Amino acid sequence: MLTILFDGIAYGMLLFVVACGLAVTLGLMNFVNLAHGAFAMAGGYITVILVNWLGLPFLASLPLAFLFTAAIGLVLERTLYVHVYTRTPLEQVLFTIGLVFMSVAAVDYVMGSQQQFVSIPSYLQGQINLFGVGIGRYRLLIIAVCGLLTIALQFSLSKTRFGSRLRAAVDDARVARGLGINVNAVFAVTFAVGTGLAGLGGALGAEILGLDPIFPLKFMIYFLIVVTVGGTSSITGPFIASLVLGIGDVAGKYYVPQFGAFIIYIIMIVVLIWRPQGLFSRAVAK
Amino acid sequence: MSVIGQQVDLGPLIARGRASFAQRARWSVPEITFWLIVVASVFLLPSKHLILTEIAILALFALSLDLILGYAGIVSLGHAAFFGFGAYVAGILAKYGIVKEPVLALLVSGLAAAVVGFITSFLVLRGSDLTRLMVTLGVALVLREIANRLDITGGADGLQGVVMEPVLGHFAFDIFGKTAYIYSLVVLFILFVLARRIVNSPFGLSLRSVHDNPLRASAIGIHVNGRLVAIYTLAAGYAGIAGALLTQSTQFASLSVLDFERSADVMLMVIIGGTGYLYGGLIGAILFKLVQDYLANVTPQYWQFWLGLALVMMIMFGRVYGAIIAAFIFGWCTVLKLPFMQSIVFTVVLVLVLGLARPHVLSFTAKITERANALQRSVRARFARKSGEADAPGA
Repeated sequence: MLTILFDGIAYGMLLFVVACGLAVTLGLMNFVNLAHGAFAMAGGYITVILVNWLGLPFLASLPLAFLFTAAIGLVLERTLYVHVYTRTPLEQVLFTIGLVFMSVAAVDYVMGSQQQFVSIPSYLQGQINLFGVGIGRYRLLIIAVCGLLTIALQFSLSKTRFGSRLRAAVDDARVARGLGINVNAVFAVTFAVGTGLAGLGGALGAEILGLDPIFPLKFMIYFLIVVTVGGTSSITGPFIASLVLGIGDVAGKYYVPQFGAFIIYIIMIVVLIWRPQGLFSRAVAK
Repeated sequence: MSVIGQQVDLGPLIARGRASFAQRARWSVPEITFWLIVVASVFLLPSKHLILTEIAILALFALSLDLILGYAGIVSLGHAAFFGFGAYVAGILAKYGIVKEPVLALLVSGLAAAVVGFITSFLVLRGSDLTRLMVTLGVALVLREIANRLDITGGADGLQGVVMEPVLGHFAFDIFGKTAYIYSLVVLFILFVLARRIVNSPFGLSLRSVHDNPLRASAIGIHVNGRLVAIYTLAAGYAGIAGALLTQSTQFASLSVLDFERSADVMLMVIIGGTGYLYGGLIGAILFKLVQDYLANVTPQYWQFWLGLALVMMIMFGRVYGAIIAAFIFGWCTVLKLPFMQSIVFTVVLVLVLGLARPHVLSFTAKITERANALQRSVRARFARKSGEADAPGA
């Protein structure tokens, strides 16, 4: 029982790491980025290359995965995404689906279509027994990383100067420019951080979610659900939503396997009908 | 009718309205040519009937999406829900011998999908475009899971053993797919004519006003939500019939009819062909299927890469120029016989460079468009002078 709860929390946390990058781009920048999973996949494959091929330690490869994907995100943002910011959601959807198709085929060709495994160091394998509850060490690491990330993100968005610049740039780019805020740079950095987080999530999640070329399509829905259900105006919303969905999904698959996969979709539909802007959003009239 | 005590004669106004609708409903020469070519394809391309049937079915599916996307402005990422539902209903009806006659089964499947559309239409009424995307996607995923779990649908193995009776009791399905093609074409044409009538009716015009500005539409007394529910239900029925046609012509239904890719593909077709003029869906379906078939022949496993490239370019540089650029890049890689690895690198570099140079590319394409328009104007003016008519103002 508690183990399921714990697994659910770890799974939810993992969803959160990947999805919070999306919460940053979709939620704060209002950009419907279906290609988010492609960045997560990139992070996963970078880790595979670093750890399995080059023999780097797993923990050292995590920040590198973050940096590499952030760099990819930055390049793409400057060259491609920047043209699509002001378009309709439909055009953004098509544009990013195009990117997903390209990434899926390219990765399939370069890395092969079989599933990839990251070799996890031995000190992260196995379980530790805490008050009679078996807790996977790797899952503990995920929870620790996510906890730190949540605090850091929440702090940087609400308390720092960059956070307020970002919020200003999103609310009214013209006025923000008039105040001397370099909107382009703010967006570029935000996007890079968002994709970097996706890469980190992909690197951490390769073990649990599995890593193959159709990763972006397979998990796109989960990430989107987390963000739309959680609401997009804060980090807390997606955080709580991913916990609820993670626990719901794991518990559902365990207790009522015949309904397992429905639960997450049905939660989403119900929440979206009840609150179209998401669970934890302030009612903004735009 | 009286306005502040004054009698107003509405007769001329109504007559003008009728004339305007009559003019809208008139078939133009290009339209008739289009359908004549379609009919000719039955006799001229007998070896291609299988792919042509698929195109006709996809065209009907795209037509149904155009009804809600192009005419009502509802963005749906889960239109395959109705397509798949229709496909499974038709398959189950035939397999278990409930309704054996294809046309009747088609109607039942269409109605069933329309009922699902009616129920889920209320989910679509709320929220922004993003919410709609997610809810429609969610509905399709739930249906896919249901089809995956139920015994009656055959689960992941698909619905096998679907045997169709002859259409209307006379025309049996043959192995060359001729009956299936004619059958699909007739269904497509009938439904197209119906859709054409609907969008050219007062109801269709009111839909357009909802599409352009829902707030203003409701201010002039249009019941916005009612219209959206109606068109969504109708489009769901169309999609269901398209799905049922697929099952009947292939005698098989699998989970792939409910895949996310199917929803994405149909959206691409409508976008490629252009939204909001019915033929957009048809032309888009033809182009999409031909390009897909060609690409799948050249690079069987990786054709989606080029499709993705075309999409990205089309969004960045407009439909026509984007497609030209994508075709150019693809052609270049094929002519040089680059291995796929180098094609990827070459394409990615080129895409990034094009992204950087986008303003210059756009001003260049704008110049070409301007030239073409000027040429067209001058040609038109010359024709008008020849036939002795005055050039229409603003033409």
